[in-house]
Parts: sequence; C-alpha cells; structure tokens
Amino acid sequence: MIQDAATAPIDLRDERLVRGLLARLRGGDTGQLPVVAGLLIICVIFQSLNGSFLSSANLVNLATECAAVGIISLGIVLVLLVGEIDLSVGSMSGLASAILGVGLTRYGWPLPVTLLVALAAGAVVGVVYGAIFVRFGVPSFVITLAGLLALLGMQLQLLGANGSINIPFSSGIVRFTQQSFVVRPLSYVLMAVVAGAYLVAQLARIRRRRTHGLSTGSPLVPVAKAGALLVALQAGCWYLNQDRGVSAPFVLLVGLVVALHIALTRTRWGRSVYAVGGSVEAARRAGIRVDRVYLSVFLLCGLLAALGGLLSAGRLATASISSGVGDTNLNAIAAAVIGGTSLFGGRGGAYSALLGIVVIQSISSGLTLLNLASSTRFMITGGVLMVAVIVDSLSRRSRAAHGRA
Amino acid sequence: MAENLLRLRGVSKTFGPVRALDNVSLDLNAGEVLALLGDNGAGKSTLVKILAGVHAPDAGSIMFRNVPVTIASPAAARALGIATVYQDLALCDNLDVVANLFLGREQARVLLSEEAMERQAWTLLRQLSAKIPSVRIPVASLSGGQRQTVAIARSLVGEPAVVILDEPTAALGVAQTAEVLGLIRRLRDRGHGVLLITHNMSDMQQVADRAVVLRLGRNNGVFDVARTTHEQIVAAITGATTEPATVRTATAPRATATEK
Repeated sequence: MIQDAATAPIDLRDERLVRGLLARLRGGDTGQLPVVAGLLIICVIFQSLNGSFLSSANLVNLATECAAVGIISLGIVLVLLVGEIDLSVGSMSGLASAILGVGLTRYGWPLPVTLLVALAAGAVVGVVYGAIFVRFGVPSFVITLAGLLALLGMQLQLLGANGSINIPFSSGIVRFTQQSFVVRPLSYVLMAVVAGAYLVAQLARIRRRRTHGLSTGSPLVPVAKAGALLVALQAGCWYLNQDRGVSAPFVLLVGLVVALHIALTRTRWGRSVYAVGGSVEAARRAGIRVDRVYLSVFLLCGLLAALGGLLSAGRLATASISSGVGDTNLNAIAAAVIGGTSLFGGRGGAYSALLGIVVIQSISSGLTLLNLASSTRFMITGGVLMVAVIVDSLSRRSRAAHGRA
Repeated sequence: MAENLLRLRGVSKTFGPVRALDNVSLDLNAGEVLALLGDNGAGKSTLVKILAGVHAPDAGSIMFRNVPVTIASPAAARALGIATVYQDLALCDNLDVVANLFLGREQARVLLSEEAMERQAWTLLRQLSAKIPSVRIPVASLSGGQRQTVAIARSLVGEPAVVILDEPTAALGVAQTAEVLGLIRRLRDRGHGVLLITHNMSDMQQVADRAVVLRLGRNNGVFDVARTTHEQIVAAITGATTEPATVRTATAPRATATEK
C-alpha cells in the first residue's frame, strides 16, 4: 500500500530507520532477551537433572522465595538507574527484621506500628545516604559501605545477647509470608483482570495516537497479545493451583514491579531518574532538581530494603544476627544486573528485578534439589553474575560501535 | 525596523585579577543572525554566560525588549525568553528525541502525555525542516548534525525570542554544517533573534547579518557582513586594526596586548 505523504501519520513521513528485531540486537539493544534465554536454559538443564524441578510444588516454593530479595532488588534497580549503588541493602533488611522482632516481642508493639517503624527506619537511612551523597559528593559506593557496617552494628545491638528473636507463628507477618495464598477462584479472576487492564491500556494508547495523528499498529496486535497473556496467566495460575497456589508475597512483588514500571516510564519523576542516569549535567541544565531525584531514589531503595527484610523475617519466623547477612546483599544486586539493568546507569527497568530474582532463585532451588552444598551454589551464582556483567559490557560496547552508546 | 530584543550597554565582568569583559555593548534585533566573534579569551563565553543567567555582570545594563532586566539564573533566562544551546549540547544519550526535547518540562496530568509531546516534536522538527529519521530512538544513535538539530529544537520548545548558539558547527562535517546553517536561517525566518558564537569565518559569512567582534574583553567593531571583507573582520579579531567607530571602547591594542 502506498500512502500519500500528506495523509500518512506525521511520524511515518520520513522513515529511514532500519527496523526489526535482528538489527536492534546487532546494535547491542538486547533488552531482556539474554535473561529470558538464560532462564529457559536453566529450566531445561535442571528439569533434565531432576524431574521435580518444574513441579507445581517446587514452583510455588520458588515464587514465594523470590518475594523478599526481589523487593530489595527493586530498590537496587532504582539506584543503578541513576548510576549509583547501595551496598548496604542486606544490612538494612537485617536491621528491619531486628526492629520487627524487638518491637513485637520486647516492646509488645502492635504489628502495624512495628511494620511502620521498620519501614520508616529504611526510609530514614535512605534519606541520610542521599543527603550525604548530595551534600558532600562522596561516592555512594563508600557511603553505603560505611552504612553496611553501621547498620549491622545497630542490628546486633538491637538483638542483644541472644542474637536471635523468634517471631510468634500467630503473627500476621508470619502468616502472610508463609501461608497466604490467593484463593483459587480469585486467582483466576485476578489474572483475567491483569490481561484486561493490559488490553484497555493498549487500546487507549492506540486511540490517543490516532487523535494526535500518529501512526498506530493494527488494534488486532494488542488484542492478540492480551489473549496470549490471558492464556499464559491462566495456565500458570492453574499449574500453581495444583499445589498451594499463587503466594501472596509473590503477588506483592509483582504488584510493586508493575507500579514501579509505570512510575519509571510514564511519570515526570521516572523520566528524571533516567535523565540523571544518562547525563547528570544535561538533567541539571534542563531544570531537573537533580538533588531531589537522588534523595527520592535512595529513600525508595532503603524503604524497599526494609520491606524485603520484614518479609524475609516473617518467612523464617525469626530475626537473628544472620538475617540479611551473607548472600542477601549480593543476590539483590546480582538480580538487578542479571535482569538487564546496566551498572553504568540510565538503562534497565523494574522488570529486571523480577526476571533476575527468578533466575537466581531457580539456580538456588535447582541446586538444592540436586543436594549440592551452598559452596557450589555460591560459585555457580557468581559465575552467572559474571556472565550477566559481561553481557552488559559487551552490549554497551556494541552500542558504541553502532553509534548507540 | 525590526524590534530590538537585546540591548547591552557597558557590561563588565571581572574574575579576580582577570578583566573578562570591559564595557561591552551589543544589540540584537528580532529576525536577524548576529555573529559574536573573537579569539580565544576574548570574552565570548563570559558574555554568553551572563545572557544565560550563569554569571551576573559587575556593571552595565541589559535591556530585553526595551525593558531593563537582571538575569539571575538559567531558569530566569529561559522564563524571559533567552534560550542557550551550549557546545556540548547537554543531551541525555539514553533518552529518545521526544524525551530530550521536553526534558524538565514534560507535559503530564498524572501520567506523561507522550502522544501530545510526540506530535509537537514532529511539528517542531518539520518547521525546522529537520532530518530526523524517528523521534522514538535514543539520541545516541543520531549523527552529530542530528544531535545539534535536536539541541536547537529543544531550545525552541518554550518559544524563546532569543536563541544563543555556542559554536554549533565546531564538531560537524561539511554536509552536517550546511544542515545546521540552514537551520539557523530558518530560526531567523521564524522571527527569532539569533546570537551565533563562532570561530568559523565561512559560517559567519554564510548566515550572519551583522557581526560583533570582541577582543580582550572589549568591543572591537560591529560589521555589516554583506559589506565587509573577510580580511577586515579577521583583522579586528586579531587586533591588527582598530575600527574607528569603536575607538571609545578599544584602547590601543598594543597596550592591551602587553597587559596580558
């Protein structure tokens, strides 16, 4: 079909771009393709080694275990997007779990108050990091490394001599993280609502583009995609429902990922986060309050780390000196990077936290099924992280070579 | 005669022991391209920064549309209608063209009005006859000339009266330079007053209506480009001659040279 230049949509009258997936991939614009491919490979390998890897029961466990570190990783995605880092998220999550334990048992605070205090602590720590970063220009690497120690100290002090506080099994947080699953009929409705919301949003976008005289694809494409999404979600839901079902913490993680995705891609705040990650100086000259962007990002990272710590304490029904110590920190950071958020700032998105944590938990769960010690698990997770970082660097180099740096 | 947009009188600026600008005057009218010429250290950048609200002058007056103004900040300069495109462009490479055009002044209710911004981006780029293949690709994948075009188009988003361009062709090849010079002509045709800072004589002669020469922080002549030779202007820049018209501001060049 040949369109008259005057009647063609305004954005298609001068189209000289090479389009197509292959050209974009060669240009280093890999997006989240490597991690999806990696996930498929992991599934195939572990399923062939142990037939119960993809069983309903194991997937339910896997999804539930993703929640805590996945939420922490979401905060890491934010700081990485502005080109900074927070190395203390593990300690922050440990401190939050200590506050939970001490608040509930020693001081007898009601659960909502305890949760609020722990979350507020996370936000305050984030603001302090942000303020030091903005005011003194100390690299965030160093600030948060110092914070890691300081927060660990606070955690130990709170927990006292015992070093461990059990959280009652009757507590709401324990029940939420261990035993809450979406009621089966509701889970199917929820998945239908998600697919429906996707369809409505896509059709509304097409309508807006049409009223502004911009090109639109066929409306059948979003209909087909929403249909595929509906089928996939319902099938996944059915499969998990063969066991205990869709766990509530996992729904919380996915909900936060979607909310943050919308905030990052469709609001002025999100645009300023990417702008700061791309070029601080350009953002500043464009009139963006760069300081506020940094503060908001560190605040959210601290808040999400605290929330992750609460969930993980609830899941273990204990707050101890080992909460948040060890691999929490590295898993959260690794998940963000494995999921495709660049260490160099300005590239990535909320979904990378979800994809990354699913990869990490799959490896961990698969190796546990094979009865491998945590020593092997660490080495393999480290190797996967190394591969992810290499992919990030390579795609960056390839972008530069294709003029897309 | 066209409306006077900017009138500077006796503007001076000192940085410690360095007299960056000494009693400089300048007039810019609507619908003209005024070239600001001078050797390194002549005070061009300082003058631009004063107009952009980065520095405050120590002395002198600035009139904008015949009203005395003080330009306290870059935001104040933009609000007044003075847009500056710096040499380094200040674009975010990871963002697409639309995002860069509207950076810091996105249109949004709760969510960004992407479609409205995309349409305006196209309208603006069409008016400038700009050759941008797509507004939905990261700026990093554009050529140098296209990036310059995006930076200039961005300066026009607030419909400023005055557009200041700092060495817009410095890093460009032949074809891209021609493209940007065409763009500068279209800015003039749109009625903007364009202040073009440049080192390049050929650019100046192709697009500028008048040229103001600074030398060692002082005025060293105002030239009607169509009626002046290349050599006369070079002489004013290097200090080989002193324009009779500006004797009051330019003291003996040899004295200033030894001062340095």
